[in-house]
Amino acid sequence: MSIEKLQAVADRAQADFKEAILDVKFAFGELTLTVERERIVEIMAKLRQEPYRFHQLIDVCGADYPARARRFDVVYHLLSLTQNIRLRVKVQTDETVPVPSIRTVYPNADWYEREAFDMYGILFSNHPDLRRLLTDYGFEGYPLRKDFPMTGHVEVRYDEEQKRVVYEPVKLVQEFRRFDFLSPWEGAEYVLPGDEKAVQAPAPAAPKT
Amino acid sequence: MGVILPPESKAYGMAGRSTVEGYNPDVHDKFFEAVSAELDEKGFLVSSVDDVITWARTGSLMWMTFGLACCAVEMMQASMPRYDMERFGMAPRASPRQSDLMIVAGTLTNKMAPALRKVYDQMPDPRYVLSMGSCANGGGYYHYSYSVVRGCDRVVPVDVYVPGCPPSAEALLYGLLQLQKKIRRTGGIRR
Repeated sequence: MSIEKLQAVADRAQADFKEAILDVKFAFGELTLTVERERIVEIMAKLRQEPYRFHQLIDVCGADYPARARRFDVVYHLLSLTQNIRLRVKVQTDETVPVPSIRTVYPNADWYEREAFDMYGILFSNHPDLRRLLTDYGFEGYPLRKDFPMTGHVEVRYDEEQKRVVYEPVKLVQEFRRFDFLSPWEGAEYVLPGDEKAVQAPAPAAPKT
Repeated sequence: MGVILPPESKAYGMAGRSTVEGYNPDVHDKFFEAVSAELDEKGFLVSSVDDVITWARTGSLMWMTFGLACCAVEMMQASMPRYDMERFGMAPRASPRQSDLMIVAGTLTNKMAPALRKVYDQMPDPRYVLSMGSCANGGGYYHYSYSVVRGCDRVVPVDVYVPGCPPSAEALLYGLLQLQKKIRRTGGIRR
């Protein structure tokens, strides 16, 4: 049911925005439109009004694909309560090319874009207050990028002599642990220790004399 | 079904009393009997000042809420009527300047660490810290994270660690009773 509605949205969007729609994809009963970065504000403004009626912006997030030329996706999640359908809109960018801010269309995008900037370093043009949102004061780096080390670069402790909390380079007391959640009974994709000979063909039986 | 009726043999209002075999509520604890008798005969009790002070301290541990995550829900639960920390004289205080005990309940992040220390510094002596849950004890689930302090003992000195993720309210209560025991053992007026 919602698939037909989404198909109608996709057809109408392609008719309205033509070459600005780079890709239309249906997956798991959901519609994803990849659009041109420069026209995102115009497209979002239209999607908010009749006849699309996507009145709510649920989330703006980033995604990092380091192997790609334009490594970042900015993903906008829209909801139309009147039609009971959802829509995902994606644009591609990299570290230096800014994405136009859609804050003028959806005011709540303000903090979402700040979060995307904080976590991925994605730049947004025309944003009134593009500061870090969640990470520590004076934090360096973009933690959700794939090339950011999980443990980060600094850790804190209280210094008894200076009488304040100080930052130091990370020194892990405990080694990284590897957790193996693949059950050996349900087809682990590696050879289990002690199981090396199981994959080989059985040795031919000794010829009878 | 589901209604507890008073037993026929008991008088009105007595049904809720203990029915443990051999237990007689009229016979008191020997220690309390002795204290009561001494008070009756002499009119006073003799004890050391240290004992009295530590007794007073254990009986009024005003704890400061430092709820940082899901552990805070269990901490609230411990002070609610089912576990009722007030029966041990522990009441939540909103200000560090009025409290003796800080319960660090939840994940301590790098951004929060200076604030935690500042609040701890504002507490008057003698002060105690109880670290509640895996995250506060040693980072827990977020041990390798870029933004989490690997144990709140890196920032403040901790008296009692309560393990669990999150610890149940009774585990927290047990930890607090252990803290009372510790105060009784080590307490005094010396700083």
